[in-house]
Formats: sequence, C-alpha cells, structure tokens
Amino acid sequence: MSEDRSFTLDGRPIPFQDGQTIMVAALAAGVYIPHLCFNPEFAPHGSCRVCLVKVNGRVQAACTTPAAVDQTVQNETGELREIRRGILQMLFVEGNHVCPACEKSGACQLQAVAYYVGMLAPHYTHFYPRRPVDASHPEAVLDFNRCILCELCVRASRDVDGKNIFAVQGRGIQAHLVVNTPSGKLGATDFSLADKAAQVCPTGAILTKHRGYEIPIGQRLYDRKPISVVGDVATLAESKGGRRHD
Amino acid sequence: MSTLETAAQPEYLCRIAIDPLSRVEGHGKVTLLVDRDHHVRQARLHIVEFRGFEKFIQGRPYWEVPVVVQRLCGICPVSHNLAASKAVDQLVGAREITPTAEKIRRLMHCGQTLQSHAVHFFHLASPDFLFDFDDPTAHRNVGGVMADFPDIARQGVRLRKYGQEVIRITAGKRVHGSGNVPGGVNKALTLQERNYLLTDLDLMIQWGRNILKLIKQAYALNPGYFTHFATIRSNYLSLVRADGALDLYHGGLRARNGQGDILFDHLDYRRYAQVLREQVKPWSYMKFPFINALGPDKGWYRVGPLARINNCDFIPTPLAEAERREFAALGEGQPVHLTLAYHWARMIELLHAAEAIQELLLDPDIFGDELVVRGKMTHEGVGVIEAPRGTLFHHYRVNEDGLVEKANLIVSTTNNNQAMNESIRQVAERYLDGKELTEPLLNQIEVAVRAYDPCLSCATHALGQMPLIVELVEEESGAVMDSLMRDADGVVRGGH
Repeated sequence: MSEDRSFTLDGRPIPFQDGQTIMVAALAAGVYIPHLCFNPEFAPHGSCRVCLVKVNGRVQAACTTPAAVDQTVQNETGELREIRRGILQMLFVEGNHVCPACEKSGACQLQAVAYYVGMLAPHYTHFYPRRPVDASHPEAVLDFNRCILCELCVRASRDVDGKNIFAVQGRGIQAHLVVNTPSGKLGATDFSLADKAAQVCPTGAILTKHRGYEIPIGQRLYDRKPISVVGDVATLAESKGGRRHD
Repeated sequence: MSTLETAAQPEYLCRIAIDPLSRVEGHGKVTLLVDRDHHVRQARLHIVEFRGFEKFIQGRPYWEVPVVVQRLCGICPVSHNLAASKAVDQLVGAREITPTAEKIRRLMHCGQTLQSHAVHFFHLASPDFLFDFDDPTAHRNVGGVMADFPDIARQGVRLRKYGQEVIRITAGKRVHGSGNVPGGVNKALTLQERNYLLTDLDLMIQWGRNILKLIKQAYALNPGYFTHFATIRSNYLSLVRADGALDLYHGGLRARNGQGDILFDHLDYRRYAQVLREQVKPWSYMKFPFINALGPDKGWYRVGPLARINNCDFIPTPLAEAERREFAALGEGQPVHLTLAYHWARMIELLHAAEAIQELLLDPDIFGDELVVRGKMTHEGVGVIEAPRGTLFHHYRVNEDGLVEKANLIVSTTNNNQAMNESIRQVAERYLDGKELTEPLLNQIEVAVRAYDPCLSCATHALGQMPLIVELVEEESGAVMDSLMRDADGVVRGGH
C-alpha cells in the first residue's frame, strides 16, 4: 500500500515509497529542493547542508531524512532561503570561486544554486587559500580552489569506478581533497575522463584539459532557465552544456 | 628628453599635485615641484594603482588566460582577450585560424575600437574641445556636454552602444565575454544577428564623418594652439599589414623615427623582445619601454591612433583613407607630432572601424561553421594587437602541464609612459612656468595626458621588479658609505 503514502511539502502532498528520503520523493514529484552533495546515483551524504528543510518544525537535511506519513515539511520559506544563502556564501569564501573567469561559469551547479537562493555577493571575508592546480594528468585538471568537499568524486571513484583515487583529508576547516598517491598528483593515477568520478563534480574542480569556454554565453546550461527547471549538471548530457563524457 | 624629470634639490620646492587626474581610465596623478618664482623644476606622471596580473596568473591553465586577463580593463577587455588569445593560438599550434574565426575576431575588435574611441572622445575628451580651459569644473564634463551639445552627447552614447552590441553578439557579453577560445572562436554570426547589426551602421558611419568635421573645425579655429600644445617629437610604433595598410588585428611591427624614417619594419612580433626593452624608475609603478637600439633616452616612442595613422601607408577603407590623406598633410612629409592630433587620428580610426564592420558584416565567411583549429602544442606564445590605446603585447610561457610559468604584458598605455611625461613637461615649461598655478592652468596638464587616452589601471605591472636602493649615509657629512641596489630584474648588487 506504499503508493498511498504521502507527506506534506509546502502544503502539497508528496507521495513516497518505503525507503525514500524527502529529497528523492520531492524530486520524483517535480519539486526542487536545492542541493549540492546529493546525487541520486549515490548514497546520501548530508554534508553540504544546502538541502535543509523544516520537518515538523525541526531543521533537517532533506537528502538524509526518510520520508514519513506524519511529516509536514517546509522548503520554500524565507527563513530556509536565508540559511541556504548563508551556507552558499560560506562555501564561496572558503575556496577561490572566481566565477568571472571560470570555465564552468554558466554551467556550474554551485553558481546555479547560489543564484537560486538569491546569493548575489559572497558577503563574508574571503579566505583566499593557496591551492595550486594539479595539471599533471594528460586529460584532466584538478583545481582544488573550486572544491566544496561534497565528496561526490570520492564516492564515484570508490563505489563506481573501483579506483579509490580521491579522499578528503583533515578535519573541520582543515579538511581538503587529496589524491590517493604518494605524490598526491592526479597524473600518477589511472584516472580517466570516462570515469564516473569525472562526471559528478558540481563545480569546476575537475575539468577536461586544454578545453574551455566552448559553449557560447547564452547557450550554457543555466543561462536561460534556473537549476530548479534545468536540473543538476551531473545528470545532463554535454550537448546541453552539462558534464562532458569524453 | 626634457630636463624636468628629476629636480636637483627637491627639498626646497613646493609640491603641487593633480590628484586624481580626471576623465581618464584608472587612477593617476601628476606632481609638479615649483620654486618660489613659480618656475616648474620637476613634472611627473604617476600611476598610483597596482594590478599584478602577470603574477597571479602564474600556475593557472593557459586556456583560462584570455578570459582572466581581460579583467585588466572594463573599457578595452576585448583587446586583452584577443592579444592573449593570439598567444594561446600559438600555444595550441594554431598557426592560422579559420577565415570565419579571424573575421569574427576582427569584427569583435572593430566593435571594441569603435566603442572605446567613442567613450574617450565623447565622454571624456570632448569637453576639452567644446569648452574653454577656464570653464567651471562643474560644467567642464560630459554633463556639460549633454546640457549644451545634446546631439553630440547622444551620438557618443549611441556610437558606444553600437560598438558594444557588436561585442555582445561576437563575444557573448558587452563586457568580458568569452567568444574567443584556443585556436578560434566559439560561435559564428547568424543571419538575424548580421541584419540587426547592419540596421544602424550607416548612421554610425555618418556620425563618424561628422565628428571629424567638428575636430577639423576646432583645428581651423586655433591652429597655433593645436600645433604647439604638448607637442613633442618622438618615434612611433605600431603594427602594419604586409602591404603597409593600417591593421588593428594583425601584422608586423613598424617603427619610425621623428623624421619618418623606418627604424624597423614588418618585424615578426614574436621577436619584440629583441627590439624593445623596459626601464623601471623608482618613482613610478609603470615601466618605461624603449627601442633597444636607440637606448632609453632616445628610444622612447608613441603608440596608439597617432602612431598608427603616422605609420601606415594607407587605410584600407575609403572614407577613413580620405581622412588620413588630409590628416597626413599636416606633417608636411614627416609624421604628425601634434599631441592633440591624437584625437583627430582616433576619430579617423573610429570611422575606419565602422567601415570595416560594414565590410565584415557583408562577408559570407562570418556565417561559417569551421571555428577552431589546433595543432601541435608549444610552450611559448606571443600575441600582439593594436588596442584602442596602442600596441599591446601579451607573452606567455607554459610548462609541460599547460600551466602558466611566466607572463609579460606590455600594455598600450605603458608604451606611452615617457611620451606622456614629456608632454606634461612641455606644457609645464611652455604654459605654466613662471605663473601662479590655478586650476585652469593645471587643467592644461590633464588635457595633455588625456590626449593619449591612457588606461592607467591597465598599465601597472611592476610587481616584484621595482628597483630599490638602500644607502648607508654618514650622519654628519652626509657621505654615502655603502649602498645596496636591487635592479629591475630582481638581481641585488653592491654591498660589502
């Protein structure tokens, strides 16, 4: 009888099946909840906190909270929008996200979510961390400046590719993405652009080498419609300006 | 060179600063040191802002460079983007880009030249022509032009808008677009876009002709002033096409001396470092380039519209060529050295840009679908272009991984550094010396600088290379006991 089960999201009944999270049920019903570290192909992670919703008055991550019949969930409220905006602003100042010069600009999930929650300026003081680019791989560039620690590449490489190339090292503000080799260089791994790990980055941290800005402004993924309509970078084909599969 | 660069005993002189210089791009100032009898003993143009792009693009992927470095400027970003793109073409082995890519880039560059020249003349410089030196400062600006000459102001706004529309359609955005990619461009034009741009073009060409009439009238009314104000004899440097034509996008380097004799011609711009050097002076963030064979004292040169019109053999569009012939007659067989003639030459180029846009829009190649070529990767690329303010050099070296190791930019305004200083010293000697300085008199200094259309924010790149001298001085006698000097190349000399 699971098809009859539903919860309420912003006053609208959302059907769900056993084991589904609020996020999965909402997306299946066509309701967008902003997110970065969530990807339906992977187990939920709950790390970016952008998908925070209010469940029966309590703030919880929609990607990790199982859906239940007695839930009244708030998603599009001014309060939640402000919390999400604050999280995005912190993500932007913690790394070096220079949208004006970034190849992913216009097709970047981080940028698109930031626009979606109404973030137009970083607000906080920039950390300006020094993070050298790793261009040692012949096909790909790893730009740590743009990493938001969503661990999607970590999960994809470990769980799908079976290569376990990426990891997050350190704790708290010291946490950072590393490459699992003695040299720490991507060039020393068997990473390939065909790997799942190369397809899932929601920012421009993993990019195809020697290519850039090939899609004209105005035709990029999020140039004309917001992410709530277009969907995530990782789930869209290159022809639509999403993740490349070459 | 003028003797007013450094006063012998500055401690006894009164310092007067024009800070900031108004109606120029970026922030700069002029300092004058004047003695008790109002004689000017020192005059310097200083650039007081600092950028450092050459440093912070180190370690970045080469294909990002054109998009990053265009942020040097909000007025001429296309020029930086194109110069860097031409360098990046060499990095990716694109020895010749496709006809479609080249024509789209040329279109973009003509749009850039049109809008930049329009913004300088109409928004910034036109008050110098339309109002007297002693016109109230509150009125001596674009607001005053709009109030007293609304048609001229409106034409300026519309010309700039048109140029920016050309940029938007070719680069994706009016400012800081990303149409140029390694080895070409990312889009051609559609028929609809072409027809849209053709709509107002005849009007733009007509307005270009009108403004030249205005400049010629102003010259005819006061030829003595135009002939002598801030005028200096100099060398000239620019790109020219293989047949000697004016070419703003590509060509070889040509330099002439003050008599108009060729110093070098059709030089492959990738060899620029063999003929040009940069001098660093302790009082300026902006370097002082010079022609190596002539040395820093005699080898400084001018770039920009005046240099280009002086240097080229002809302009390949008919209306602008007719204007060039009339202009060249001023020089009586030699280059035109009049500093105020920069404005005149600039508007000839504006007219040329509008005509060239028309030719390109009627060329079927702009609809082509072959947009990018690539070849064998190299590690060094030099891109040179004629930016609105003059010859612009972008030089990059990348490592095996494709990350930038070294960058050298010689920005248009930097080329004119010594010339601008010479011009303000000429004005100081001729018009200010011996007089009690007033705001209208000081405005004449600004008029001299403004003629060059300097972009001061583009032009400061001396990071890590500023020379530094430390002297150990004996307290009582003042004798120098020891000294340590860091040269412009970073090498430390002296000391015991």
